[in-house]
Amino acid sequence: MERKININRYKCACCGACIAVCNFNANEIINTFLEIKDKNCTLCFSCIKACPFRAIELEE
Amino acid sequence: MTDYDIIIVGAGPAGSTVARSAAENGLNVLLLEKRQEIGVPVRCAEGVGKEKFNEIFKDIDKKWISAEVDGAKVYSPDKKTEIVLSGDKAGNEAGYVLNRKIFDKDLVKLATLAGSDLMVKTTATGLKKNKDQGTIELTMQNSDEIFTAETKILIGADGIESKIGNWAGMNTTLNLNELESCVQYQMTNINFDERFCHFYLSYETIPGGYLWIFPKGKNVANIGLGVLSSLSKKSPKEYLDNFVNNNFPDGKIIEINAGGVPVGYPLKSAVNDNVMLVGDAARHVDPITGGGILNAMIGGLFATNIAIESINKKDYSVKTLKKYDELWKNDFGKTLHRNKKVQEKLLTTDDKTLNSIFHSMENYNITEANTKKLLYEIIKRNPKLLWDLKGLFV
Ligand SMILES: Cc1cc2nc3c(=O)[nH]c(=O)nc-3n(C[C@H](O)[C@H](O)[C@H](O)COP(=O)(O)OP(=O)(O)OC[C@H]3O[C@@H](n4cnc5c(N)ncnc54)[C@H](O)[C@@H]3O)c2cc1C
Ligand code: SF4
Ligand code: SF4
Repeated sequence: MERKININRYKCACCGACIAVCNFNANEIINTFLEIKDKNCTLCFSCIKACPFRAIELEE
Repeated sequence: MTDYDIIIVGAGPAGSTVARSAAENGLNVLLLEKRQEIGVPVRCAEGVGKEKFNEIFKDIDKKWISAEVDGAKVYSPDKKTEIVLSGDKAGNEAGYVLNRKIFDKDLVKLATLAGSDLMVKTTATGLKKNKDQGTIELTMQNSDEIFTAETKILIGADGIESKIGNWAGMNTTLNLNELESCVQYQMTNINFDERFCHFYLSYETIPGGYLWIFPKGKNVANIGLGVLSSLSKKSPKEYLDNFVNNNFPDGKIIEINAGGVPVGYPLKSAVNDNVMLVGDAARHVDPITGGGILNAMIGGLFATNIAIESINKKDYSVKTLKKYDELWKNDFGKTLHRNKKVQEKLLTTDDKTLNSIFHSMENYNITEANTKKLLYEIIKRNPKLLWDLKGLFV
């Protein structure tokens, strides 16, 4: 069982706040799709705290 | 041969300003925007100071403006005191509330009419230095098609989620105490004083930020708030719902917006070889007000001038582009720096102290006031509390 962060697509507004705080180049919005690069993600959870809609969840 | 003199990533106010003025100066320009529609969804409360806005545009199209305001009202946490900043003849605090869906799109239209190329639904996804040519190769993705183009100058106008800076070796990542996490509703069916923009402060219910009501026309307003991500205990939406339910129970939400606002110190440098950052990408946002539209356009014009100079000299090195740093630092950079210092102080001020500061301002007659004068006066009247800020205003 591996922990990773997961985007709740129903909640996400594509606002970009989570990208601004990620220090590991682990997220990116391509056109209107927010991608997470799991291999870069350190699970620092900064993006979770930055998201206005709390659309980022931890999957355990 | 390079494909372009300048490629600009991001078609917000910063990017379209650069695209337009560079094209008007005869450069070969490409403007990229990853969204499929310019300006949508809106991530902004849309307020701008009238005076500066009028300086930038000789021909203001009425359609750009949703409402005009006479000034601003700022409320203490206990809501017992309000500070009124009214616009004098010089229009210091008087402002416009824009319609950015129309405004942003029109700026892009003007850029294309001036001769700029444009691609929408096209995301910049990476860059590579071309050492032999001294240029940059930018990778882009339109829908699912991936391609590259070569450019002499690359402008990162890619907003809050900017990648260009980090790709070009400048660290623009924000700490959680440098990001306001914002939610906004556009609401109808609400009653408020439409002659003013309204600002509510409270460390307890709006930690590290503020709540705003900006008029958008008869009985319509942008009502939103930003909270500092490092301080907020609940989601910004919960804080906002609480305010709206208490104050506008009959209001109807016609639009929901979200966004992040950078509120750290401005970057030490917004340039590297071949690359300049403008607008939110350069973190050129006022850390107290969260305003960034005007700086995005003013900085955009500065960057264009330096780009033209460097292209004429065929020298795209950081040394030449550094002049852009000088220009923005000597202009709005000073205000950003000063207001960041004040904001840091505000972040350690509890509601009781804030109430007493507001109380001290009760009989202050603020015609002809602007934010700087107001802050000066506040400090004068609260010397003990705000002693360490004194030096910023003399
Ligand atoms: C809730 C909220 C309220 C605000 N209220 C105000 C206000 O009242 N007054 C004010 O002055 N400012 C306000 N601001 C700030 C203001 O919105 C910004 O300062 C302003 O939009 C900055 O303009 P810009 O051109 O730098 O960036 P943006 O307007 O954000 O434009 C950047 C563009 O780049 C595009 N982009 C990003 N990455 C890529 C890529 N890789 N490839 C292609 N395109 C890309 C984006 O899609 C976007 O369209 C507010 C911000 C928020 C979030
Ligand atoms: S958890 Fe941290 S590393 Fe992972 S995407 Fe979020 S901010 Fe980036
Ligand atoms: S901060 Fe939240 S709403 Fe904004 S793009 Fe990231 S996940 Fe989506």
